[in-house]
Parts: sequence; C-alpha cells; structure tokens
Amino acid sequence: MAIERLDDVRMDEIHLTTPVPERGLRALTLGDVVYLSGALYTAREGVYRQVVDKGLPLPPGLADLSNVSFHCSPAASVRPDGSYAVEAVTATASFRFGRSMAAWLERSGAKVIVGKAGLTERAYREWFVPQGAVYLTTVGYGLGATYGRSIRRVLGVHWLEELGIAQALWVLEVDRMGPFLVEGDAEGRSLFALANREINARLAEVYKSLPPPALGRFGEVIVRTDDVV
Amino acid sequence: MGPIPAKVIEETARELTARAAIDIPPDYREGILRARERETGRLSRFVLTEMLANWDAATADRRPMCADTGLPRYYVKLGNEAAVEGGLAALERALRQATAEATAAIPLRPNRVHPLTREDPNTNVGIHAPEITYSVEPAAAWIDVTTVHKGGLFGSDWRMLFPGDGIPGIKRFFVDTLVEGGKRGLACQPAIVGVGIGGAKDTCMRLGKEAACLRLVGSRNPDPGAAALEAELTALGNQIGIGAMGFAGTAMVVATHVELAHTHTGGMPVGIHQFCLSSRRATARIHLDGRVEFRADPAWFTDYYRRPGIE
Repeated sequence: MAIERLDDVRMDEIHLTTPVPERGLRALTLGDVVYLSGALYTAREGVYRQVVDKGLPLPPGLADLSNVSFHCSPAASVRPDGSYAVEAVTATASFRFGRSMAAWLERSGAKVIVGKAGLTERAYREWFVPQGAVYLTTVGYGLGATYGRSIRRVLGVHWLEELGIAQALWVLEVDRMGPFLVEGDAEGRSLFALANREINARLAEVYKSLPPPALGRFGEVIVRTDDVV
Repeated sequence: MGPIPAKVIEETARELTARAAIDIPPDYREGILRARERETGRLSRFVLTEMLANWDAATADRRPMCADTGLPRYYVKLGNEAAVEGGLAALERALRQATAEATAAIPLRPNRVHPLTREDPNTNVGIHAPEITYSVEPAAAWIDVTTVHKGGLFGSDWRMLFPGDGIPGIKRFFVDTLVEGGKRGLACQPAIVGVGIGGAKDTCMRLGKEAACLRLVGSRNPDPGAAALEAELTALGNQIGIGAMGFAGTAMVVATHVELAHTHTGGMPVGIHQFCLSSRRATARIHLDGRVEFRADPAWFTDYYRRPGIE
C-alpha cells in the first residue's frame, strides 16, 4: 500500500546487519522500525572536514567493514589505561551536513546515514538515490542509554588527537542497535515531509486567533508553512 | 559549625553531575506519562514509550540518558547566613574541578570547545564555562547547588516586543517559536517551555531558561496573570498539531512556566526556552554542618527571588 499519510505507516520491525546489502536497503519502507547489528562509525563536522574538505580517505579497511555512518559522537572518555568508555550515543542535526552530503556519500561509500531530523526530499532525490543510500532517524532524539546498551565494543577511534573526543571518528561494534525509523527511503521520500504536510495543513487554523507576528515589519516570515526546515 | 568545606561542595557537585546526566527528574517523568496518555499520534506515542524505556535503561545501567550531555552549568543559591571555607573563589574552583572530573568519570561528552579554534580541552571547563549563576536567600544557613545540563541548539529565541503587542503578541511569538523548532523535532520535544517576560533583553533570556530548567512540572507562578498565561500557552502549544519528534500529535508541551521582571516602559522583551525530552537537573542543599541533602526541587524561584519591593 502506498504511504500517503502518517497513519498509513506500518512500522514493520526490520533487522539489518552491516555492511547492509543493496536489497536490504531497497526493501525499507517509510516509518519501518530498524535495528542494526555489526559495525558502524560516527562522523560529524570534524570528520567531514577531513574527508570532504581536505580530501583524506576514510581510515583503511573502514569502508569494507561498514557502510553505515552516524551523525553523532558518543558520550565517551579515554580511561587512564588507554581503553575507551562509550556509554551513550545519540544523533546530531543532519541538515548541518547538507552541503557536504553528496561528496560524503561518494567518497565514504556509506549507504545508510543515521542522524537527527533528516534532510529534505530534494536532498534524498538528488544525493541519496543516485548513490543507493537511505536515511534512518534516531528516535526521541534522546535514546542515549538505549542505543549505548547495544554497543559491544569500540573497534577503533580515528583522528582523536586532532578532533577531540566529541568530533573524532568512532568505530563501534553494535548488537541490535535501535530503534531507528526509516526517514528517507530508496525512492527519496521523507517521513518528516509527510508529517510536515499534515502539520502545515492545520497551521492556518492554529494562527486564526493570533495577531500577525509582532516583528513582521523587520522581515520575519508571515506564512509559517514557508519555513525551510 | 561551618564554614562549609570546599571539598564537600566538590564531592556534591560530582554526584549532582552524575544524577543530572542519568536520572530524569520525577516531576518531568510524570509529565511525560501524562503526555503519553493524551497523545493520539501513533508515531508520537511510539517516541514517548521509547523515551520512558530509555530513562529506565539509563537508571539501571548508570549511563547518561542522552549522548548530548549538554552544557553543564550551575545555579547556586547562597543562604545569607552560610559561608564557604576559602570563600566564593573556592566554591567556583570546586564546581569547575567537579565538572572536569565528572566529564571523564561518567562520562559526559566533552561538548565545550573554543568558539573560534574549536579546540576541545575534553573537560567541559573553559572560558566562562561552566556558567555559575548566583542568587541569595535571607535567613538561610545553607547553600543550594543545582546543576542543569541543557543541550540542543534549537527551540530558543527572543524578541523585543512592545507594549502595544500585548499578550496576543506574546502568544504569537510563542507559537512561532514552537512551530519553528517543532518540525522534525529539532527542539527534541515534548519540552518544558520557559517564557521570560520583561527585564532587559538578557534578563528575559535568563528568566526564560531558569523557568524552563528550574521549576517543577505542575508548579504555577504565584502571580495570577502569569499563571493564567501559563495555562493558556500550554493549551495553545498542544493545539498546534505537532507531537513528539515533529510527528503529528498533541504532545508538544509538557508544561509552560512564565517568569516576569519589571521592564522598560516602552518595551516588552520576551525570551523562550525549551528544555528537551532529556531534561537534566539535580539539586543538593549543603548545610553549615556539612550535611548534604539531595532534593527534587531546586526551589530557585522563591518569594525573595521574585520580590517586587525594596525588602
């Protein structure tokens, strides 16, 4: 059944193992509840700077190990004996990486991006679909302990010296990490776009009893459905 | 009795930092349970159910509930009869030391970087970090230390409204801010929304943040006008049609807390802050005899703190 409204979402539970094969990605439907096992790696501003801006390759062997990259960095520390404590994982807002996304997908070979708040349908169509990539959103944006529990071990940390704990590339071995929701599917559709269409349809009613924005005279948008989020 | 040894403050602050990162405050948990009961959106309900399970996992494992462990900061209420060994400089050093040690031990994510070089000392301590805000309580022989770890980059804003905009103007700005941060769940809602009205532009921002982070869900401002506005804004926020994480729903706001400050006769600055689903705070009262009492209520907005007159 085609998904036209949020109520059409089936929320099927799907378990994937990394590297996720192409047929696994194509089978994902908007709103499916996904759990990941295997290896995945974190990448945010610092890592994008290394790979996209400076053109450095991913650490050797990483692309073969996993095609899942996570817009996040963990709550972590380096213990006095040199081992790593990684206790909680949650995502950071993905639209910050929008301008680097096409180059990132091409250079990293990542096919699954896990993050917060997704990108636009246009971004999925133009950058994700040609690379065969999908986007999964974390849930609640605060399931740090739930996701953290599924970490089996830290397989490696790269660029720790240059980037610091919060920006380094962490390679994690995970067991049934989730739930994540399919936000951008293989056809380039977005779950949040679906949600926003439903929200926007009601906004005029919400604003009916309210005056125009107080500072509209200073250039605020008047029509809230025009927000570029 | 007393003064309070700085070492006691340091140990207490370390414990507070762990509690704030790991344990959801009970009043907020109650608020989320009530939000889930009234939530009609299927995806939003799913989010709230998972959030509740996440808090259980955090408490059971003693691991942070969210990996963005926010920017640790402190609110210190100084009893007028209390004193610290080594004075306020020793208290500040204790809070900074505790922050750095707790960052490695819990661990917190070292979020604090130099704003230009982006260099990370990996301690959450730096220039003007952690922030420490003070207020005074008369006739009290204790020091209350509250830590708040507010994360997130979205959902806070301020406007210089004018007297003619009135309460309808405040409502409009409130809804605008919630819509802006609510889509795609950028504000990590449902949230406690703090609204600071009046003062100067920095005052309204400070009060809005304190209203979001330091009042209990279920509390009301003693000013009847402010209390009425709190109820109206909460209802308005939940009528927008946005639920948890930006899915369609009815649970955008867990509570709205309004705080007021006398302001310029020509202006009405308004600051709005949203304290996210991982609302992190913890409070302890340290008595002059060194006894430490962990408390659910920061008791920050006292009658004295809100006093309108000279005394």
